[in-house]
Amino acid sequence: MTVTDHSRATADAAHTHGLGTPSPDASRADRPTSFEVADFTVPTGREEEWRFSALKDIKPMLADEAADGHLEWDVPALPAGVTLTDVDVATARERSVRAPGDRASAVAVAHSGGARVLSIAPNTVVDEPIQITVTGTGQDVRGHLLVEAGASSEATVIIERKGSATYSEFVSVDLADNAGLNLVLLQLWDEDAVHAGEVVARLGRDSRLRGSVVTLGGKSVRLNTSAAFAGEGARVDLFGLYFADSGQHQEHQLFVDHAVPRCTSRVTYKGALAGKTARTVWIGDVLIRKEAEDTDTYELNRNLVLTDGARADSVPNLEIETGEIAGAGHASATGRFDEEQMFYLRSRGISEDEARKLVVRGFFADLVQEIGVASVEQSLMKAIDLELEHVNEELAETQA
Amino acid sequence: MSTLEIKNLHASVETPEGTKQILKGVNLTINSGETHAIMGPNGSGKSTLAYAIAGHPKYDITEGSVFLDGEDVLEMSVDERAKAGLFLAMQYPVEVPGVSVSNFLRTAKTAIDGEAPKLRTWVKDVKGSMDNLRMDASFAERNVNEGFSGGEKKRHEILQMELLSPKIAVLDETDSGLDVDALRIVSEGVNRVKENTGLGVMLITHYTRILRYIKPDFVHVFVNGQVAEEGGPELAERLEAEGYDRYLVEA
Repeated sequence: MTVTDHSRATADAAHTHGLGTPSPDASRADRPTSFEVADFTVPTGREEEWRFSALKDIKPMLADEAADGHLEWDVPALPAGVTLTDVDVATARERSVRAPGDRASAVAVAHSGGARVLSIAPNTVVDEPIQITVTGTGQDVRGHLLVEAGASSEATVIIERKGSATYSEFVSVDLADNAGLNLVLLQLWDEDAVHAGEVVARLGRDSRLRGSVVTLGGKSVRLNTSAAFAGEGARVDLFGLYFADSGQHQEHQLFVDHAVPRCTSRVTYKGALAGKTARTVWIGDVLIRKEAEDTDTYELNRNLVLTDGARADSVPNLEIETGEIAGAGHASATGRFDEEQMFYLRSRGISEDEARKLVVRGFFADLVQEIGVASVEQSLMKAIDLELEHVNEELAETQA
Repeated sequence: MSTLEIKNLHASVETPEGTKQILKGVNLTINSGETHAIMGPNGSGKSTLAYAIAGHPKYDITEGSVFLDGEDVLEMSVDERAKAGLFLAMQYPVEVPGVSVSNFLRTAKTAIDGEAPKLRTWVKDVKGSMDNLRMDASFAERNVNEGFSGGEKKRHEILQMELLSPKIAVLDETDSGLDVDALRIVSEGVNRVKENTGLGVMLITHYTRILRYIKPDFVHVFVNGQVAEEGGPELAERLEAEGYDRYLVEA
């Protein structure tokens, strides 16, 4: 069990720590971004951003080659002020909030054949969640998606990914001034799917983004989210929930870039692991630049290991270039659900399966509520229960 | 009327130095409404007896039997023993992160009864029991045993005992580490449950102090994995005066 907790740490020097220290000059600000695939060498697995990744699974998506597959899009009748359109690659590049941050997403853009653009017109307020489902049919797919929230708009967008695919994507999320967007990305893939995604958000003045990521399915999922503040007074809340069984590798990297004053960020990711070869990775980078006075940031990652053999890596990094901040902190802890806890619950009449369920539901409950979409909350608790049934079956088999 | 019957119980534990025999033939019968104090020096096997009855996987039962109302307890899983009416108040209650006390209590009650308790009476029962144990209402929303003080943990154990209403309860050093106020509150709780439900109690303790608040019907002196002497409450008074030295010399 490893625990690091620097609640409300403030410092005027750069502050970084984790499982390994990257090279001394490696500020997160120095990572290159580019639309040119050739600007990124093919990773070897030794690079800071790839060293925990399931590179073998992701490798096919790093080749600078066309992929001819596509996902099936199921889009509801969109409310007034909301449109879904297609644009060509050149336009898509132009309208992205920034260039890709790694080779996988550069390849995704280059070979996407253009982007889909979900636009919410300025001043549009959509009450009901917009629920989009994309389904893989076993193909090799590159994707580029733009989500554009106009000034003072308010909307909730849920994108559910299911079926099977080898899918890489680049998702650009643009919040104009005073926009409010609740974006939920559900990775409910079949068990053989491989998914490498990069989500980059830019937050205009006074805008508010709630970005939730739920990863339950897929063989390998690597989903990296960046949020950069472009105007003062904005706030981002990034939530993540993941549950890895045997054979699943789930990686989530976060980067919050405080480049302007008076912005707030909260990162809360929680994961459960069950099964010998379950593997999760969380890397949370926060950069508070010199200009970003009065920044308020906190990031948290918690992992619950349910069985022997599973491995959770958790690496929080906080770089602070100004002392004039409101607050900055991070916490990371990985705990085990152990035999003594199990005995305690069972000695109160609670069965083994029920005990595991109680603990996992309790672990995720507050996070599920934070996602803030009633329909998602309900189906999520059901999905977690289903995951647990798999775990219980698997454990029953190994015990038998 | 219930009876817990322990006969010739032997239990061992695996240690890095090899198998260690801890219980060496325990005989004990506890009926409803009776309070049996099990007293003995540290390391005599008192806690092992408690855990062996509850079914902790660490202990191997190598010989003997435990029956509750004629049912073979040793054949039951840990949760089946609780459902059969056994309760163990632990010396070191375990933290369960992410699970609130209220959720835990309701889940346990549902498991024991085989059906969810009626909401209205349940809320009232929980509140009443918490009031009696001087537990603040905010307690219900805290995670099980997480950040609890020693006294809070023990009160929480007795709260569970009251709400789950077992037939026989084993209290493993429930008095250890409590100040007099907390000891009084916890003891009152045990006496209340006894009075209301006819609970049979196995009260494991190292100190005689708790026996001022919970009156034992029988006292068993536990030494080296066995009952070395048995008697009435007067035996406890003698132990208070003389300590355990007499038995240790003999052992």
